[in-house]
This record gives sequence, C-alpha cells and structure tokens, in this order.
Amino acid sequence: MLRRSVAEAGRGLPIIEEGMPLPAGSGLSRRTFLTRTAGFALAVYGASKLPLGLFEEGIARAAAPTDPILVSIFLDGGADSLSMLYPAGDAQYAALRPTLALAPEAGLPFAEDTSLHWHPSLAPLAELHGEGKVSAIPAIGYTNADQSHFTSRHYWEVGATDAHLRTGWMGRYLDVAGTMDNPLQGLALSDSLQPSLASTNVPIAAVSQVDDYGFWAQNVWGEPETRMLDAIGSFTASSDPGRAQVAEVASRVAHLREQLLPFDNGNWGSPVTYPTSSDPFPARLAGLAAMIAAGLPLRCVTVSAPGMYDTHADQATDFGSALALTADSLKAFQRDLEARGLADRVIVHVWSEFGRRGEENGSLGTDHGAAGMGLLIGSQVKGQMLGEFPGLASGLDEDGNLKATFDFRSLYCSLLEQWFSTDAAAIIPSAASFDRPSLLK
Amino acid sequence: MVAAAQVPVYHGPFGKKEAERLLWRAGFGPKPGEAKEVARKGLKRAVDDLLHPPSPRLIGKAPTADGGEPLSPRDAWGHDHLWWLDRMVRSNQQLVERMTLIWHDWFATSNAGVGSQKWMLNQNSLFRKRALGNFESLLIAVTRDPAMLIWLNGRDNTKWSPNENYARELMEIFSLGAGSGYTEDDVREQARALTGWRNDWEDGAGDVNFRYDATRHDNGVKFVFGHSGNFGWEDACRLCVQHPPHLTYFVRRLWSYFVPTPPPATTESALKALYKRSGHEIAPVVGAILRHPRLYTGPAMLKPPVVQVAGMLRARGRPVDTGAWAWISEIDGQRLFYPPNVAGWSEDRWLDTSTFRGRWIAANYAARKYALDPGAASGKLPLDAQELLSRALDFWGNPGLKRDTRTALLGFAKSALADADQSWKKAQYPVLVLNALRMLVAVSPDYQTC
Repeated sequence: MLRRSVAEAGRGLPIIEEGMPLPAGSGLSRRTFLTRTAGFALAVYGASKLPLGLFEEGIARAAAPTDPILVSIFLDGGADSLSMLYPAGDAQYAALRPTLALAPEAGLPFAEDTSLHWHPSLAPLAELHGEGKVSAIPAIGYTNADQSHFTSRHYWEVGATDAHLRTGWMGRYLDVAGTMDNPLQGLALSDSLQPSLASTNVPIAAVSQVDDYGFWAQNVWGEPETRMLDAIGSFTASSDPGRAQVAEVASRVAHLREQLLPFDNGNWGSPVTYPTSSDPFPARLAGLAAMIAAGLPLRCVTVSAPGMYDTHADQATDFGSALALTADSLKAFQRDLEARGLADRVIVHVWSEFGRRGEENGSLGTDHGAAGMGLLIGSQVKGQMLGEFPGLASGLDEDGNLKATFDFRSLYCSLLEQWFSTDAAAIIPSAASFDRPSLLK
Repeated sequence: MVAAAQVPVYHGPFGKKEAERLLWRAGFGPKPGEAKEVARKGLKRAVDDLLHPPSPRLIGKAPTADGGEPLSPRDAWGHDHLWWLDRMVRSNQQLVERMTLIWHDWFATSNAGVGSQKWMLNQNSLFRKRALGNFESLLIAVTRDPAMLIWLNGRDNTKWSPNENYARELMEIFSLGAGSGYTEDDVREQARALTGWRNDWEDGAGDVNFRYDATRHDNGVKFVFGHSGNFGWEDACRLCVQHPPHLTYFVRRLWSYFVPTPPPATTESALKALYKRSGHEIAPVVGAILRHPRLYTGPAMLKPPVVQVAGMLRARGRPVDTGAWAWISEIDGQRLFYPPNVAGWSEDRWLDTSTFRGRWIAANYAARKYALDPGAASGKLPLDAQELLSRALDFWGNPGLKRDTRTALLGFAKSALADADQSWKKAQYPVLVLNALRMLVAVSPDYQTC
C-alpha cells in the first residue's frame, strides 16, 4: 500500500515487496495522448523529452503495413500444462492426478502425438492446429525454476534469469529496431505498462479506457465548468516529488479528457463475432485486429488472458472456463485477421510464469511447478511441436515438477531472428548458448 | 558490547502543518480544528496519545446506506466496505484503525477468494485487536484465521498431501521477503509443519468449524532454516520471526507505510535493534517511526484512496450515508477486502489517469450534497477570487496549500469571474466558481498528499 513512496513511484522506484525483483519498466515516465490516426488514448512511457505532437507524425511516418507483429498473451498465475495438453490414458498421470486427470475421451487428440490430448476448452486451438497454425510447446521453462510467481514472471518478462534486469525483452528489441517517435511500436492493451515492453530509449504505450471519461461536478456548468476542467491541468507543484506526481497526472488527465471528448468507442467493424464477456479480453483482441487493419505501426503487443491460473484448490471449477474464453477469443482473432487478409503479419505467443506440480495436492488443486505450456499461433508458424513432452516416467524432476525440454530464451532468440530478423545477441543475454529451432513455415 | 544507536527523534517545530501530516499518516486526517489541538500537545504527547488511545468509541452518527437503513456488513454487497470506512471516519483510535488497514495490506486477503464477508470481518477484527501488539502473536493468529485458511489453502494442507501455498507466502510476503534466507526445501518443510487445519461445509452456513486436527498433521521431523525438529504450525511462524532476515523485512516494510523514502542505514539498524530488543513488539517501532525527523522533513506522500475518502468525510463531519462509497472505491483503486493479490495494493499504481478520475468522483460525492445552488444563493457571494478560495478551503477544514497551488486556484477563479459580463452571471458565477474551487482543492497536489 504505502510501501515505497509515491514520491519515488513518480520517478518510479516501486518495489512490489522487499526482495522481489523490481518489475521491468519501473521508473519510466508516462504521458497520455490521443493519436488521431488511431483514435486511441495512449499512455506513453519513456522518451519524455519529445513533444507529444511528434508521436503523431512518427506514427504516420512509421505506418508500414508489412511489418511483422508479435502479440504476447500472458496466463497469470502459472497455468497447469498437464491439463492443457494432457497425457491421456497414462497410468502415472491417473495416479498423480486422482481427481484432476482428464479422461481420454474428454479432449481431442493432439494430432502430432496422440498420446497427448487437448483440454476440452482448447478445442478451438486444436482446430487451428489441424490447419497447421499452432505450434505447441509442451514443456517450456528453464532449469532450476524459481517458484515465486513474482520472480519467475520477472525472468520471463526480462528474458533472462536475472532479478536485477530492468528492461523487458521486447523493450530491448524495440530499443534496437524501433524509432524515437512511434509509441505504438510497443503497446500494452491494459491499464498500465507491461514489464516485458519496458524499453530504455524508445517510447511505448498503453491503451486506457477511452469511453466514459467524464469529470462532472455538482452545480458547476457553463463557462466556469470549462475553466474548471482546464484548471485540473494547471497545477505545477514542482517543489516536492510527491506533490509533483499528482500535478503531473492531473495534467495528463486534463489533456486526455480533452482529446477523448469526440471519441466514440467500440465499433471495430470486426468481420467475425468475438465471444461476449464481461472480461475485456475478446474486445481488446477485436480492437487490436482493427488497429492492425488501420495500418497502425505496431510491433510488440501485450494482453493478459482472462482468469487466474494459480489453481491451488478446486482447479476444475474455474480453470476450464477461463481457458475456454481465452481459446475462443484467440480463434476469433485469428479468423478476424484471416478475413482481413492480415494473418501473415501476426504471431501470437501464449505463456505463463511456470507450470504446476505433477502430483495434485489433495485440495483438488496443484501447487507451483517448473516447466509449463507455451503456444505459438499464426498462419506463418510452422505448426509443429517445439521441444517434446518429457513424459511422467522420467520427465519429472526430484521435486515432482515437469522438466523443461525447451528454454524460453531459445524461443525468444528464435522469434527475434526468424520473425523480426534481428540479431538476438544484442537483446537476450548469453543468446549464443540457446538453440534456434525453426519456428516458421 | 556496544549499545545500539538510538533512533533519531524530530526536534524541529511542531505546528499545525506537522500535526496535519501526522494525523494523515497515522490516521485518516484531522477533523476541523484538530490539527491545531494536536500541535499544542507537542510531538511526544501527540504520538503517545496515538499509541495509547482512550477506550474505543465511535463518535458521531451511525452509518447508513442510501435508503437510510442500517448497514448489513456481513451480507449486503458493498456494506463491508462501508462498515470499515465508517470506523475510519469515526473511531477515536485513529492509529489502531490505520494499523488495521496496514495489516490488511500486509496479510492481503481478498474476499474474491474467500467468498464470505463474515470471515473477512472476523479477520478484520483480528487485525484491529492486535494492531499494535506483538508481531509473532499476530502472525500466529493470522495463520489460523479462517479467512486466511481459505484464501491460501491452509485448510487443505494435510500430511497426506501438503499444499504449499501458505508456507510460501508466509515467508515470501508475510515475514522474510523473496529470496531472503529460505529455499524451496524450506517451503516444503514449512508446509509439512503447517499441516493439520480443516473445517466443515454446512449448507446455508458455508464454511464453519475451523479447527486443528492432529490426525491430519505430519508428525515427522522437519528441517527448516538449518534447524530440525517435529515442528508444528506455531513453530513454523516462530521460526520465521526468529530468522534473522525477518528483522530487515519487518522494519523496511513497516517504515514504507509511513515515510516515502527508505530509512537511512543507521535508522534501519536502530529500528531493527529496537524491534528485536522489544521481543518483536509492533508499537515501539511504529512510535519511533512517527517521531522520526524524516516523517516531518521528507517529501509528501500520496494518500491511499480510502484514506483520502475517510479524510474528506472527517473534514466535513459527515457520516457514511451513501452506498456510493463502495462502487467509487472500485474506480479510485482501493476496494476494502479486495486487495489485488497476496502482495497487497501496489502504491506505484495508486495514481494514474483512471484512478485520478475515481478520486474526482469521490470528491464530488463528498461535496455534492453541500453544493451551493446558484439560483437560491444568487447575489450572496462576492466576485472576489481570494474570498471564494478562502471559503473553499474552509469547506475542507482549512488544509494547508503551497504557494504554487494557491496561484493556480486563484488563476482559475479570477479568469472564471472575469467571464461574468452580464448581471445574471455576476450573481451566479461566484456560486459556480465556489463549487468548482471545492473540487479543485480536493484534487489538488496538496490535498491528495500529506
């Protein structure tokens, strides 16, 4: 709550908890502006010396409708890979998971290795897999997996097992390949910056809610109201970092409010139907497809999947529905891109900070594990399994957790080199030590 | 043996400004005139009175929801939030209430996972009762608290199939900090030590009958932090508190709730020594932080959203009389009983363009029923920016404003009054401007921080 100061948070030294790694991107300045090209309000991080108007020009200039785009989808909490792609009929699986083991007939067989089956909620992805548009990674991770949510997630975000690294792996890519005036190149579809996008030099952005941004006051109207709304942005308060932070946010608020006045949100012209949900996930993907269709210069985009995957208890209750909404939305997104003729430009990467323990825990749930499940989705992906399912007989480590057969940094290096045509050595620490499996068709 | 250095004590002037800061950081802001009274006491007595309050009393009108009906905090949606907000507004034990909020964040438990307002309120009463007591006893009490047993699966943890959730967070979040002196083996061994809690489910009543069941407890020898023994659940807590990294974690984290910059190294060691010497008592450390020079001379601190709301109501002498505070809390970023995760609220996210709007809506709800009617009050207010600002400040109990904020507000008022080029505007604009000034004062950098 009050931990660390707001005063420092303004300059950005937030620490989630003592001892936890500082999230990448902590400390980047943040400003909000509306890009007229996009019709979006963007929170812009970093590059604070550039006037916001420049971004508009940068976006227009950078519009290059052939650039590849990577969409990173995070399953928060450590998703259970042994349910997502499960060893159907395996006696040891049934023994380890007396209540949670899925029956062989519950889910569709995984065409490349029929001893594995898709979770019933992932049927939409099984369909895309059948079309050669999904590469499954059944045991992705790293050796000596850290089982703290906050630490392991940080490793994935920064692309290294380094608690002190402060930039995200995609942020460092953008520092190499991006431009100083295009904040849309790294876009978090959320209320705040995603650490994996944290950059050092180039600006990146977050789309905030653009509808319903009114500032109403009882019995204030007419000219005085207009003056009042302008006055929200008039505080200076430079003498004290705590007060200055409020003044700075207030000034962004005034600017954003003005920019959003004419905004009419929600009509994306989607050629397909997305799932209806109170969760913003499907609408965010629908909006993303529309942004790509509008030719906006996106490169790396992050979205959090619906649901919470930290299933220590009653896993069967919520896991399936969250996964179903995720898979249904991702399939709609793929079909949307296909209908708009954009599917060759986008790869979706689905990840989680770790998998879960092989053995269920007696609370109808599972504890934190090691290797987990990853997915690459898109018309350009090879559609072949990356790494292998290590099996339960010899694939569990001494703690009973799935061993990784594929390193997440290997995936990052390959994506950088094969999808973004950028040398991974400049971006991923010790890049030379990781394999480069072929990811694309 | 060298005596431990003393924690530095503030000896500068202690006037209304310093008293205001103390009342906001150790409580929920001053009632009108209270800052001056506290300033007269001087720092030492002011802090002593906070640490040793009179017997608990809620002063003022009891809370109601929109229809004027009394609250049903155990049952009705949002009434849990309203119920606690009322205590923040009316309690004569302001530091106890503020510490209760700190423990709610420290041992962050969300009703999103517990699913019972009754058990959440039960936990809340535990935090209040032990707010300024002994940390080891608090940790032990939290470990067996029903809401916590549900939230982090302590009740699911048995000798046959240990559930590590509580053991991990016990060390990572509650007592030691990530990566501070424990291993994955310690997590597993502590999970074994913590086995044995269970409860029953009754249709209609839900989770009931929380109890320790020795038949579920793992009686084997456990190895924790290099010690071995047949440890039980209380031992698991004691081992954490006695483990040396706990001192640093406790002192830094507690400090961070009151002062926005980290403690100087000498202060940190003195606080650790004080905490250890006291046998892990909370009150001496809190007292030393509240008397520390940094609290009075350091930078301003953003008020947490719920503190801001409670403070506005205290300044107005207004009871909780609307259910709106519950939904507004979801926009301003601090819905009580629903912290975002087990690590609590992250203060670096208190303020952004979305939550600022939540704070604006909160200010409007605090002020709207007092808003002046330009029709009824026409002709009664002067076309005088200074006078209108002074009345707007009076509305919020005269909080101190820095010169730059005062300049911005006067600039607004002058230009808005200058727009009044017709007689009806000359009559009505001062009223509109005063209503607007109340809002602008409320969201100003000065009133949003302390």
